[in-house]
Amino acid sequence: MTPRRVGRSHQHGVSLLKFSNLKGAIAAAGFALVASLSTASAADISGAGATFPYPIYAKWADAYKKATGIGLNYQSIGSGGGIKQIKAKTVTFGASDAPLSGKDLEKYGLVQFPMVMGGIVPVINVDGIAAGALTLDGKTLADIFLGKIGKWNDAAIQALNPDAKLPNQAIAVVHRSDGSGTTFNFTYYLSDVSADWKSEVGTEKAVQWPVGIGAKGNEGVANNVANTKGSIGYVEYAYALQNGLPYAKMMNKAGKVVAPTAEAFAAAAASADWASKPGYGVILANQPGDASWPMTAGTWILVYAQPKDADATREALKFFDWSYKSGAGMADELHYVAMPESVVKQVEQTWSSEIKDAKGMSVYQMTN
Amino acid sequence: MALVGAPAVASGRCDGRWAVGRSRWRWNVRERHRVADISLRRERVGGRAVVARRDVLKRLRSLDRSFRWVTKSAAISVLVILSAVILALVEGSLPALNHMGLEFFYTESWNPVTEKFGALAAVYGTVMTTIIAMLIAVPIGLMVALFLTELCPMKLRRPIGIAIELLAGIPSIIYGIWGLFVLAPFLQQTVQPFLIEVFGPFPVLSSVFAGPPYGIGILTAGLILAIMVLPFVTSISRDVFETVPPVLKEAAYGIGCTTWETFRYVVLPYTRVGVVGGVMLGLGRALGETMAVTFVIGNAHRISTSILAPGTTISATIANEFTEADGDIYTSSLVALGLLLFAITFVVLGGARYLLQRAEKKGR
Repeated sequence: MTPRRVGRSHQHGVSLLKFSNLKGAIAAAGFALVASLSTASAADISGAGATFPYPIYAKWADAYKKATGIGLNYQSIGSGGGIKQIKAKTVTFGASDAPLSGKDLEKYGLVQFPMVMGGIVPVINVDGIAAGALTLDGKTLADIFLGKIGKWNDAAIQALNPDAKLPNQAIAVVHRSDGSGTTFNFTYYLSDVSADWKSEVGTEKAVQWPVGIGAKGNEGVANNVANTKGSIGYVEYAYALQNGLPYAKMMNKAGKVVAPTAEAFAAAAASADWASKPGYGVILANQPGDASWPMTAGTWILVYAQPKDADATREALKFFDWSYKSGAGMADELHYVAMPESVVKQVEQTWSSEIKDAKGMSVYQMTN
Repeated sequence: MALVGAPAVASGRCDGRWAVGRSRWRWNVRERHRVADISLRRERVGGRAVVARRDVLKRLRSLDRSFRWVTKSAAISVLVILSAVILALVEGSLPALNHMGLEFFYTESWNPVTEKFGALAAVYGTVMTTIIAMLIAVPIGLMVALFLTELCPMKLRRPIGIAIELLAGIPSIIYGIWGLFVLAPFLQQTVQPFLIEVFGPFPVLSSVFAGPPYGIGILTAGLILAIMVLPFVTSISRDVFETVPPVLKEAAYGIGCTTWETFRYVVLPYTRVGVVGGVMLGLGRALGETMAVTFVIGNAHRISTSILAPGTTISATIANEFTEADGDIYTSSLVALGLLLFAITFVVLGGARYLLQRAEKKGR
C-alpha cells in the first residue's frame, strides 16, 4: 500500500471522497504495512489519522502544494490509527476527532490543537421523504439507534413530523464498523441527550451497537444507506452531500429545529470556551444557542512538544498556519467551519510557548 | 559410439533409454555427473585409484549429508515459524484472557466502552458462514467436476476449466465489492423478501429467515464464500476424477451401471482422499477469508437466530477494528480472537484428517 500523496495528484478535494474510504478499508487491513512504509520524502509533511477532516486536508494540501511546492502525505486511517502513529513517531503529526485528555498529552509529551470543525448528520433512505423533510430530536435518534424505535411510523417520529406520511417500514440502522472519531462525537451526543444510551452503550470511538449493520468508513455508511430502503445512518456532512443522501433536521438543545449548514455548525462553535480545556479538548455536541447544530464536531492535530525532527514539525506548523489563515474559504466550500480568529491566535500562542527543539528554542517562532 | 557409452552400461545405471533421441551434449553432461562414472574414470588412473575412490566417496557422502541437512532444516523451519506464530499469539492474548477469564470464550458482548470482550458472536459468524459456504460449494463443485470429466463435450472442457481457475484467481476484495454493489441489493430486493414471505408461516424456519432484509448479513457472506470456495473444490476434484483408470469405469459401464452409479460407486470411492483434500482447502479459505466477508456480513457483534441478520466473523472483526483498537485489553482481545481462529482451523482440519483416516481403514 503506498501512502496517498494528497497534495500532488488531485485537483479537487471533493472528488477524492469517492475513493477515500474504499482505500481506507484496504489501508486498515494493511495497517502495519502502511505504518512501516509511511516514511515520506524529506520535502513532504507526513501525517495520519481521522477520516472526518480528510476532504478538507486534501483540498488545503493541494492549494498549499501549488503555493509553496511542499506536499502533504496524509493517510486517513482513522483517529485511533493517527494517535497510534504519532505515539510510534512514524509521522510528524497525528489527527484525531476525539481529543486526548490533558493527562495523556502530558504523558506522551504531545501538544494538541483544533484544526477545523464540521457537522455529523443523520442520513436516511425512506421512500417519499426528501432531504430535510424529516425532523428528529436527540432522544428519538438515540431510541432508533438503541432499537427501541423499530418502525418509521412510530408515534415518537410521527409526533415530531405531524405532516409527514411515514411508511410502516422497519428501520435499518447503519453504523460504523471501524473505530472512528465520527462515532465518538455521535455517541457523545447520544449520551448527552439520552440517559438510556449513556447507561446501555456509552461514548467511545467504537461501541457495542444494540442494532444495525456496520459499514466501513464514512463512505461505507453513506453507501449502505443509499442501498438500503428504510435505513438511517450518520456521516460527516460532506459525505452526505457527495452521495446526495437525504438528511434529517435536528431539534437542538434550545428546542429549535435546525438544518445542517455551515452557519449552524459555526453557531455551535461560537459559544465554545476553547481556552478552558487542556489541549483545546472541547466537544461541540449539544451546544446551547438557537441556531446551533447539535452534532457539531471539532478535529484535532497532535504534534510532539519536543520533536526529534524539529524541521519537519516546523514545516507542518507552517502548513497549519497557512491553512488557518488562507484556508477558510476552501473549508466553506466543503461545508466545514474554519476556526475563529481568536482561537487561531491562542493556538499560535501555544505553538510559540510549548513546541521547542532540542536547544529549547521555539520551533514555531523560527518560522517567522 | 559414446551415445551408448560403455562406462554407463558397465555401471549398470543406464537403462538404455538415453540412447534414443538425446543429443550428444546432453548425454555428456549427464555422464559427467554419474556417481559410478566418476569413480570408474578415477580407477583407470592406476596406482592411486583406491585412494581416489575413497576421496570421491567421502566427498559424495558429505554432499549427501549437507543435502539432507538443508532439506531437514527447511522442514524444521516451518515448525519453528509455526510455533513462533503460536507463541506470539498466546503472548499477545494473555492480557485479554487474564482480564476476561473464560468468559472470553462464551460471552457475546463486544464492548470497547466497558472493555468487556467475548468471542462468541465472532466464532458463531465464522462457523455459520463457513457451513453455508460448504453446503453450497461442495455439491456444486463435485457436480461441475463430474460434468467436466465425464459428460462434457471435449470442446467445452477447456473453456469451462479455465473459467473455474479464473474464479480462483479473482482477488477477494473484488468479490467483496461485487457482493456489496450487485449481490446484496439483489438479495435485499428480491430473494430475502421472498424467503421471509415463504418461510413466515413455519415456526422454526420463520425465525431462521426473519427480517428486516438488510441485503447483507450471514447468508450473503455465506453465498460469497461459496463462490470463492467453489473453484478450489472443483478444480481439485476434477484433477483427481481424471486419475480414475478408464478400465474401472469401463468395467462399471460394462456391467450396466448408469453414469450416476459409476460416479457414486466407482469414481467417488476411488478419489475420496483427493476430494476431501480439495474440500479441506476450501474449508480453510472459508474460515479465514477476510476482505470479501467484511464487505457483506454487516459487521455486527450479535448472534441472531436469523441467517438474514448481520453478524461478524473473527477475521472481519480483526480487520475492522485493529487500527482503532486503543487500550491494551482491546488490542489483546483482537489477538486472542486470532488465536481462537488458529485453534478452530487446527481442530477442523485435524478432525477432517482423522475422519478420513478412519474411513480409509474401513475401506480396506
